[in-house]
Amino acid sequence: MAKLNVNGAVVELDVATETPLLWALRDHAGLTGTKYGCGIAACGACTVHIDGQAIRSCITPVSALDESQKIVTIEGLSPDGNHPVQVAWRELDVPQCGFCQSGMIMAAAALLAQTPRPTDEDINVAMSNICRCGTYNRVRAGIHKAAAGGITG
Amino acid sequence: MAPLDNVAPSRRLLLKGAAAGAVLFGFHLPPKQALGQGAPSAQVPEVNAWVVIHPDDRVVLRMARSEMGQGTRTGLAQMIAEELHCDWSKISTEYVTPGQSLARNRAWGAFLTAGSQGIRNSQDYVRKGGAAARIMLVAAAATRWGVPAAECTAKDSVVTHGPTGRTLRYGEVAADAAKLTPPAEVPLKDPSDWTVINTSKPRLDTAAKTTGSLIYGSDLKMPGMLVAVPRRCPVFGGTVRAIDRASAAALPGVRHVLQVGDGAVAVVADTFWQAKTALDALKVDWDVGENGQVSSATIDARLTEGLDAAEAFIGNQNGDARAAIGAAPRKLEAVYSYPFQNHAPMEPMNATVVWTAERCDVWCPTQNGEAALAATAQAAGLPQQQCDIHRVDLGGGFGRRTTHDWLIDAVLIAKQIPGVPIKTMWTREEDMVQGRYHPVTKAKLTAGIDANGEITGLHMRISGQSILSFVFPNALQAGRDPVVFQGLNPTGNDSRIGYSFPNLLIDHAMRNTHVPPHFWRGVNHNQNAVYLECFLDEVAHATGQDPLALRRKLMANHPKHLGVLNAVAERIGWGGPLPEGVQGRGIAQQMGFGSYVAAAADVSVNDQGVLRIHRIVAATDCGYAVNPQQIQMQVEGSFVYGLSALLYGACTVKDGAIEQTNFDTYNVLRMDEMPKVETIVMPSGGFWGGVGEPTIMVAAPAVLNAIFAATGKRIRTVPLKDQDLRRA
Repeated sequence: MAKLNVNGAVVELDVATETPLLWALRDHAGLTGTKYGCGIAACGACTVHIDGQAIRSCITPVSALDESQKIVTIEGLSPDGNHPVQVAWRELDVPQCGFCQSGMIMAAAALLAQTPRPTDEDINVAMSNICRCGTYNRVRAGIHKAAAGGITG
Repeated sequence: MAPLDNVAPSRRLLLKGAAAGAVLFGFHLPPKQALGQGAPSAQVPEVNAWVVIHPDDRVVLRMARSEMGQGTRTGLAQMIAEELHCDWSKISTEYVTPGQSLARNRAWGAFLTAGSQGIRNSQDYVRKGGAAARIMLVAAAATRWGVPAAECTAKDSVVTHGPTGRTLRYGEVAADAAKLTPPAEVPLKDPSDWTVINTSKPRLDTAAKTTGSLIYGSDLKMPGMLVAVPRRCPVFGGTVRAIDRASAAALPGVRHVLQVGDGAVAVVADTFWQAKTALDALKVDWDVGENGQVSSATIDARLTEGLDAAEAFIGNQNGDARAAIGAAPRKLEAVYSYPFQNHAPMEPMNATVVWTAERCDVWCPTQNGEAALAATAQAAGLPQQQCDIHRVDLGGGFGRRTTHDWLIDAVLIAKQIPGVPIKTMWTREEDMVQGRYHPVTKAKLTAGIDANGEITGLHMRISGQSILSFVFPNALQAGRDPVVFQGLNPTGNDSRIGYSFPNLLIDHAMRNTHVPPHFWRGVNHNQNAVYLECFLDEVAHATGQDPLALRRKLMANHPKHLGVLNAVAERIGWGGPLPEGVQGRGIAQQMGFGSYVAAAADVSVNDQGVLRIHRIVAATDCGYAVNPQQIQMQVEGSFVYGLSALLYGACTVKDGAIEQTNFDTYNVLRMDEMPKVETIVMPSGGFWGGVGEPTIMVAAPAVLNAIFAATGKRIRTVPLKDQDLRRA
C-alpha cells in the first residue's frame, strides 16, 4: 500500500512498495500516458515530475516517495492540454509515433520551468530522452517556441 | 453496403469475460478510431468502403494501412479528400479490420505498411474511393432536385446546383448516395488540379500524442485482464528442457507459469511488474543446441570466406568485369562490413488476446493486419473467419512489426487461459535479444582503373545473410535473393543503380546464420549504399578526381539520380570553401523504394577523434509529394535512425545469443548529436515513390565520405563507436 500525491490528489494505491513509480502509475493509478521504454532510466519515456524536477519513474520505487512529494504526470501537466509545451508541440506537429513524447514533453516542461529561455546547449543537457522516430529537431524547435511564448510552468 | 459488425461478437465475448473474472483496473479501450471498430453506427451506412458521412457532415475515412508515426494516416486522408471534395476540418479516420476485409473480398486492398509503400501503393484506389463517393453524393443531390448531375458541383462537403444556386450538404444526401450503384468510370484529377495533395496539412493525430491520451497496445486494459511477460530461449532455435515452476509460482500476483511452444516460457500475473519480477526469479533449463557455439567471430569468418567463393548469385552484370579488372594497369580493392542492427522501436512488442474454442480476437500494433490475422488463426487453431485483429497505433515499427513471432506467442499464451483477456508485454531486454535483425553482410569491391584514371570494370561481391531465405523462402528465385541487390539493380522502377560502368559484376554469396534477419528501415540499401558510395569515393581520391565529378561522369544515363545529387551539391556549396569549423564534406546518392535521394554532409573530427556532424542536406525526388512537411519529418527521422546505426548500432553474438540487452549497450543518437538537416523535396512528377525509408541509405555514406575528407581515414567497418577517427 502506498499513499502518493499524484496530479494534485492524494491517492492510496494497493501496490507493493518496491514497485517502480512507473508501474504504480500505469497499472494502479490508471495513468498510462507515462510510458515504459527501457526500465533502466536510459530512454526517458517514463519521465514525470516530482516537486517540479524531471525524474525517471521506471527506477524510482514507490517506497522512496511519500504524500508530501508532488508527482505530476503528462495527464496532470495542464488541466486542458494547453501547457505551452503542448501547444508548441501541436503547432509544430512534433510527434511522430508519439510513444516517447509524454517523456519528452515532461522533460521539456521541467527545463523551461527552471530555464525559461534555454540555449541549444541547455536543451542538449536537459533532453537526453530517446526518440527512435527521430523528432529531435522538432523537439528543439518546440522548446524554443514554447519559451518564446512565455512559459508559466 | 453491409454494416461492419463483425467485431461485435468479440465485444460480447469481452463483456462475458468481464462478468466471469475479477475487474482489476476498469475498462480502458482505445477510441473507435484506434480500434477500427467498423462503422460508427448501423444508422450511418457507408457511401463506399472508404467513406462514411454522418448526417452532421462528419466525414470518416477508413484506413487499411497502419499508422506508426510516418504520417500515412494523414497522407491517405489527403488523397481521399482530394477527390471527395469534403470539408477537411470534419475529417476523422478509423481502421478497418482484416476480418472485415476478408469478409468483403479484400475491399481495402493490402494492409502491409512497409517498404515505404503506404502511400504509393494505395494512391490509385484510395483516390478512386474518394472520387466514386463524390460522384454518388452529387448524383444523390441531383436526383433530389430532379436535375442532371452534370449541372452540379461539389466543394467543401456541399453540392451546388449551378443554374439555381441551390445547395445540399453531404450529410443531407449521404444516406441516399449510399443506396446508389457505384459509378463504373471514376476519372481522377490531373495533378495540376490538386489542392489537398502536395499541401502540408497538419497531422490528424497529433493532439492525443501531447496529452498522453493516445492508447497504445501496451496501454490496453480490459475487465479481468491478466498480463503475461514471456521469455524465449536467448539462443535462437533453443528449446525448454525444464521449468522450475516453484521458483516463481508463489510470488505476489502470479496466476500462471506457462511453457509457450517449444522454446519459450511466460509468467502471467495481475500486473506487468509482478509478472516481470516473477519471470526474473523463474529458473528455466534451456537446451541451446548447437547454435550455442556461434559467435560474431564465427559469423565473420563465414562471411569472409564468401568474399572469394567461386559460386555466387548474380544481381547485375554487363560486359566482363573480371577480365577488364585483370587487364587493367591498376587495381583498387577494399572490404567493407555492416553489422546486425535491432529495430528497437520505443514501444516493446505487445499484443492483447482473448481466445476461446470458438473465437480469437487480438488488439495489437502491427504493420500488417492481414499477416497478423493469418498468424493468429494458425496459432489459435481456428479459421481466419473466427479471428480478427483490432489495430492500435504503433509505438514505432521500422519493419519489426511486419512479422508476428511476438503475436504467435501471445496467442499461444492466451490459448492456455481461455476466455480471459491476456496482455502479453515484452521487456526491453526481450525486445533486444529476440529481435529480427538487420542482416549482417560484408562486401569486397574491386575496380580496374586505366591510365587515365577511369574505371574499366567494377566487381562488387556481397557476402552474407538473405532476408528472404528466412522470411519468404518461396520468393527466392532459384535460390537467389533479389532483395539483396537493392539499389544495385540494372533495371526497374524501385531500386535501380545510378551509374553505368563499362564492365560490371555485382554478385552475392549467400551466407546465412541462425540469427533471424528481417526488413529494417532502409533494408539492404543501408549497407549497399555504404559499400558502393564509399568505394566510389575511394576511387575518386585514388585517381585524383573530385568525388562529385567522378559520379557525374558515370551518371550521364541516369538523369533522375543525377538530379538529386546535383541538388544537394549545389545546396551545400560543393567545391566552395568550407564553413568555419567544418573539416570535410561528403556526398552520396541512391535510388530506393521508388524514390531518388542524395545527401551531402559537413563534418569535423577533433583531436580526440570525436565526430561532429555540422550539417546534412538531403534531396528527395519522390515523383509526387503528398505532404511536404511529412516528407521533411521522414527525412529527418530517417537520418536519426541511420546515423544511430552509423554511430552506435551493432548487435554482436556470443555463445549464440545477442549480447546487447538494452539502450545502455545498444545506444542511439540523442539530441546533442543531432545535426541540422535541410530537406529538399523535389518531386518531378509522373511516378509515385516512397519517403519513409529512402533517405536513410544516404546518411551513412555521406558522413563516412566526409570523415575521410576531414581526416584521411577511410572507415569501412561500422559503427563508429568502435573506430578510431583521429587523424593518422
